[in-house]
Amino acid sequence: MDLRDTPTEAAFRAELRAWIGENLTDDVRRGRFEEAGRDWSRKLYEGGYAGLTWPKEYGGAGAPYSHQAIFLEEMARAEAPSHLGVIGLGMAGPTIIAHGTEEQKQARLDAILSTEEIWCQGFSEPGAGSDLAAVRTSAIQDGDHFVVNGQKVWSSFAHIADWCILVTRSDPDSMSHAGLTYLIVDMHSPGVEVRPLRQITGEAEFNEIFFTDVKVPVENVLGEVGGGWGVAMTTLLHERGTLGFALTAALEAQIRKLIALAKERGATEVQRDAIAREWIGLQAVRYTTYRSLTTLIKTGIPGPEGSGAKLWWSEANQRVTKLALELLGPEAQLVNGSSSKAQPGYWQHQQLRSRGNTIEAGTSEILRNIIAERVLGLPRSR
Amino acid sequence: MDFAFTQEQEELRREARAFLEANPEAPLAELRELGWLGVSVPEERGGGGLSFLDEAILFEEAGRALYSGPFLTTAVVLPALPEVDEQAWSVEVDGFVPDLLHVDRVLTQGMRSVPAEGEMLATMDETRPLGRLTSSDGDAVEGEWEPVRLRLLAALALEAVGIAQRALELGIEYVSEREQFGKKIGTYQAVSHPLADTYVETELARSLAYWAAWSVAEEDEGAAVAVAAAKAQCAETAVTACERSIQVHGGIGFTWEHPLHRYYKRAQWLDAFGGHAAVQRAVVAAALLD
Repeated sequence: MDLRDTPTEAAFRAELRAWIGENLTDDVRRGRFEEAGRDWSRKLYEGGYAGLTWPKEYGGAGAPYSHQAIFLEEMARAEAPSHLGVIGLGMAGPTIIAHGTEEQKQARLDAILSTEEIWCQGFSEPGAGSDLAAVRTSAIQDGDHFVVNGQKVWSSFAHIADWCILVTRSDPDSMSHAGLTYLIVDMHSPGVEVRPLRQITGEAEFNEIFFTDVKVPVENVLGEVGGGWGVAMTTLLHERGTLGFALTAALEAQIRKLIALAKERGATEVQRDAIAREWIGLQAVRYTTYRSLTTLIKTGIPGPEGSGAKLWWSEANQRVTKLALELLGPEAQLVNGSSSKAQPGYWQHQQLRSRGNTIEAGTSEILRNIIAERVLGLPRSR
Repeated sequence: MDFAFTQEQEELRREARAFLEANPEAPLAELRELGWLGVSVPEERGGGGLSFLDEAILFEEAGRALYSGPFLTTAVVLPALPEVDEQAWSVEVDGFVPDLLHVDRVLTQGMRSVPAEGEMLATMDETRPLGRLTSSDGDAVEGEWEPVRLRLLAALALEAVGIAQRALELGIEYVSEREQFGKKIGTYQAVSHPLADTYVETELARSLAYWAAWSVAEEDEGAAVAVAAAKAQCAETAVTACERSIQVHGGIGFTWEHPLHRYYKRAQWLDAFGGHAAVQRAVVAAALLD
C-alpha cells in the first residue's frame, strides 16, 4: 500500500499540470459553451489526452486507468470545461471497440477522438427511465435499412450531436430485454427532431429526440439484431467505470469553494461540524475509488466497494450545496446584485442542479437495488 | 498509487479471522504467542519488524470478532517502550483506563508508566470495562504521547470497521432466511436498502481507516487530521450499522440473547473513548477553517 503517486504517475501529473497551465486560458474558461468546448476538446486531442485508456490500435494512448483518474482529478481541480465528446469518448467509443465491426471502428473512432463528431445517447424514454428494458422506440427492418419511430428523452448534447447511440425495439412482439437492437444513428438524417428540455435550473442541458420514419442502414447495427441489451450494458458499464474519479474531483472543487465561503462569511459551530463531515466524506469517497481502481488495475474488474461512490456522492453534493446557501443567509435567494465574491447565483444553480444527481445515471433507488442484489447477494425483489 | 494490502497481509488477515472465529476469548498470552503483539516494533527492540498497516489488519479483525482482551491498548503502547515486554498494557485517556484490572501497567497521557491499581467501573460494554487509577504517579517513559494517541485513534477506527462489517453480515444472513408474508424479508426494499446504505458507509469508513493507518505507518504530516477523520466516521458508521441491523432483525435483535447488542455497545464504546465523533470533527474543522 502506497497512497502516493508512483514516479510514472507523478511525472504524468506534472506534465499534465504544465499543459493545463499553458492551454487553459481565460478565453477558454469564459467562452460560450459550444465554441469554447469545441476548441478545448480539440486542444485535448492534440495534446494526446483524448482516449487516454483506449487501446493504441484505435488511436488511444493505451494508458493505465490510473492516468485517466489523474486526468479527471487535475481537470476538475483546474475547473476546466467539460469535454464535448464525453459521450463519444466514454460511452459510444468503448462500446464500438467492444462490439463494432472493423468498418464501424474505421468509420467512427478517429472522429470521436478528435471531436469532429459529437455523440449523444438515446436510451431513456418517457415510459422507460429506470426500466430500460421497457424501451418502445421501434426499428422495423425494411430491406437494407431499419425504419425508426419513437421518442427519447434526457439526452445531453443531442442539439449539437452528429451521431446517437440508440436502443430500439426491433421485434414489435417482444417484451423486456429480448428483441432490442442497438443502432448508431446519424443525427442529420431526415425525420430526426431535437427539442431542448428546460430543467428546474432554467437552462436546457438535456433534450428530447423525436424519430419519425428515420432510415438507418443495417450496417449501423452495433452487435447483433436482437442483441441490444448486452450492448447497452457495455455502455452503462463504461458510464459507471471511472465515473468515481470525475465525481470525487468535482466534489473536491465544490468543497473547496464551500470552505472559502465559510472563511469569508463565518460559520456557526453546527455549520463547522457539517463542513468537517462533508470534507471527511470526500476523503472517504476518494480513497474508496482508489481502492476500487487498484482492484481494477490488478484484476481488470473494478472492486465492488466503488459501487456506492455515485450513490454517496449524489447525496453529498445535495448537502454541500444546501450548506453553502445556508452560509449565504437570506442573500442566498438573490440571483444577482451581491457584492460578495461568493456568488449566490452560483450556489442556487448548483443546489437546484444537484437534485438531478440522485436521478441521472441510475436513480439512488436503482443503485441501492443493485448493491443489495449483486453485491450483498440479497434475494431479488423482482 | 497502490491502495491494497500485500498478499502476505491478506494471508495474515485470513489467519487472524480463522483464529479469532475459533477462539474469540483467547487470553492475551495466546495472541502474544502468535506474534500479534509488537508487530510494528523494530526487531532490535523485540518486535515483529513489520508496519502499522500489518497491525491495522489485526485491529480490524479483533473488532469483527468482538475480541475482549486488552489487545488494542497493549499493541498501541508497545512501540512507545524501549523494548517489547511481556506485560499487558492499557492507557489512561481523559481519566479513564480500559480493562484496568485486566492489565499489568498503564501508560498515561503524561508519559508515566503506572501500576494498574484502582477501581473498575460498571460499563455499558461489559466486555471492555473502564477503570480509574488510584494514582497517576509512576516511572517516566521517554518519548511523546502524540504518536501513542495517533495509533490509538487509528486502532479504534479500525476496530469500529470490524464491528460495522460484522453487524452488516448478521443483517444479511438474517434477512436472507427470515420469511414474512410468504417472502424472504430481504426482498422488501424497505429492508434491503438500509443494508445497502450500511454497505456503502462501511466501505467508505474502511477506506478512511486504512488511510489513517497508512498515515500513521508513514508518519505522514497529515496523520493527526486523518486519524480524527477516521475515528469520527468509523465509530458513527459502526453505531449506525448496528442500529440498522437491530432494526432489520425485528424483535430478536432487541433481545439480550442475540449477540447484536454486544456489537452495538462496543460501537458506542469506540465512539466515546478518545472523544466522540463531534469532538474529532472539531479537530478537522479547525484544520480546514482556522
